[in-house]
Amino acid sequence: MRNRIFTLHYSLMLIPGIVLLVMFNVVPMFGIAMAFKDYLPAMGFWNSEWVGLDNFQFMFILPDSKQILFNTIYISVMKIIVHLVVPLIFAIMLYEMRIRFLKKTIQTIVYLPYFLSWVLFGGAILRVLATEGLVNQMLGWVGIDPVPFLSSNQLFPFVLVFTDIWKDFGFGSIIYFAALAGINSSLFEAAEIDGASRIQIIRYITFPSLVPTIMLLAALSLQNVLNAGFDQVYNLYNPGVYESGDIIDTYVYRAGLQQAQYSLATAIGLMKSVVSLVLIAISAWMVGRFANYRIF
Amino acid sequence: MITSIRRMTASDLMLAFVLCIIAFFSISPILHVLAVSLSERVPVTSGKVLFLPVGLTFYNYMVIWDDPKFYRALWVSVERVILGGVVNFLLTVLMAFPLSRDPKIYRPRNAVMWFLIFVMIFNAGIVPWYLTIMKYGLLDSIWALVLPGAVPIFSIILLVNFFRSLPKDLDEACHMDGAGPWYMLFKIYIPLSLPSLATVTLFSIVGHWNSFFDGLVLMNTASNWPLQAYIQSLTVNLNGVMMDEDQAKLMSQLSITTLNSAKMIVAMIPIVIIYPFLQKYLIGGILLGAVKE
Repeated sequence: MRNRIFTLHYSLMLIPGIVLLVMFNVVPMFGIAMAFKDYLPAMGFWNSEWVGLDNFQFMFILPDSKQILFNTIYISVMKIIVHLVVPLIFAIMLYEMRIRFLKKTIQTIVYLPYFLSWVLFGGAILRVLATEGLVNQMLGWVGIDPVPFLSSNQLFPFVLVFTDIWKDFGFGSIIYFAALAGINSSLFEAAEIDGASRIQIIRYITFPSLVPTIMLLAALSLQNVLNAGFDQVYNLYNPGVYESGDIIDTYVYRAGLQQAQYSLATAIGLMKSVVSLVLIAISAWMVGRFANYRIF
Repeated sequence: MITSIRRMTASDLMLAFVLCIIAFFSISPILHVLAVSLSERVPVTSGKVLFLPVGLTFYNYMVIWDDPKFYRALWVSVERVILGGVVNFLLTVLMAFPLSRDPKIYRPRNAVMWFLIFVMIFNAGIVPWYLTIMKYGLLDSIWALVLPGAVPIFSIILLVNFFRSLPKDLDEACHMDGAGPWYMLFKIYIPLSLPSLATVTLFSIVGHWNSFFDGLVLMNTASNWPLQAYIQSLTVNLNGVMMDEDQAKLMSQLSITTLNSAKMIVAMIPIVIIYPFLQKYLIGGILLGAVKE
């Protein structure tokens, strides 16, 4: 009897959250039907004509699609690799540095940019990398012509990757610090007694201890292959670099909300969601299988 | 941490030096904006300001002090952080508690959990999201910034894991004493999990403060924009946008670099103020989540 009353109360606690999730996450899922319709706001959702897979067909013949898919994967894969490597190197460097108060200070400083929005950090980056910005001024001192970081299609993808790691490398190194703190210190003592050099200690003790963490992060980052970072790109790009910097999310935003191509944008968004779902499932499976890590 | 005490060598100092450079580099864009915000306009336009203000002045801060648009945006942001933070907090604890029960005691537990996971990893995309919010008539209302993200699933999962790590004897003791679920949640579980709750609350505060996109899209009138959306509209990237000379001149007059810098710095202040807590709880919390079980 008491259990039944408890169950009732537990359900009562869940109801407000579930109602909100249904309203704002489940109801929009019915809107996915727009991807199979020719949605016109004047006709309304129910009366718009069904067109089957036309939107998807159109998507595949659209000349932009290939470029956007390429940009997305190119940028995100570069970001994933850089995000695995740079925080790792930084973590090992900081771990090796033995001046304690300096270590704390540096950690405090490098974590900060992660917590700023891309509007603010990106706004600062726009200043720094602009044609007459800080970096080009400094290049000018050594006689180098201004580099169009933000308007050159050759450079823009690399600018995205570089500024992304600029903002997040400190924060990304936290997980490596946790792993480093877990290394049994007797390993280091033994190595020192055996006369191992610092480089040898890093090579044979520090780095191997981090491999499981690296693998875990690599598996988890698989789900980001189609997420090249909307907030960042949106704040840094301009029509001049659409060719190299436009990603799926920014394209869907412009097509759907700015140009009112509702059905096409929904179709592209749906494709992305489905592929992402599959990637997340693979990544969760890999993480569970090889790292014995469960999300919940 | 290497335990044996060795003498500082040249390579140690070298490493320390390199790391100091990296640390400076990582916040250099922010230092530049700060320097610009404290400088006079002329040295800024002639490119004399690097990381230290030239002709130190607080004029820019005085001007935005009197800017009603800036105030309005700041207020919208504060409003959404408070409303959003409270709503997020309540829904997180209310959902995490039942979901931390054993499925044998509360049968729907696993079904609800899977529902949350599904909703978290599959979304309908931005167009249906926007049209749904429009249909509810929420556009231009502060609730459009609060309700669509009212249920922070990630935080809920974090808290469920924490609740489950508490000793089972606690539940039994509660049962013996005849405590009901609400009493257990508010008088036992919440007081016991304050550090975790601080973590998830900081998550939602930072998230609400920093998000600009929903403000930009869901607010039709610019006076309803939160601070980040307002600043975004000021600092758009004009590099490479085709403009003739007159347009370019007009734009450069409109976007007054020194004033915008001051606005950006003011928008950073709340993050800097809560930064010690972020370091303590959020970074600690992430490690907690990462190395659990």
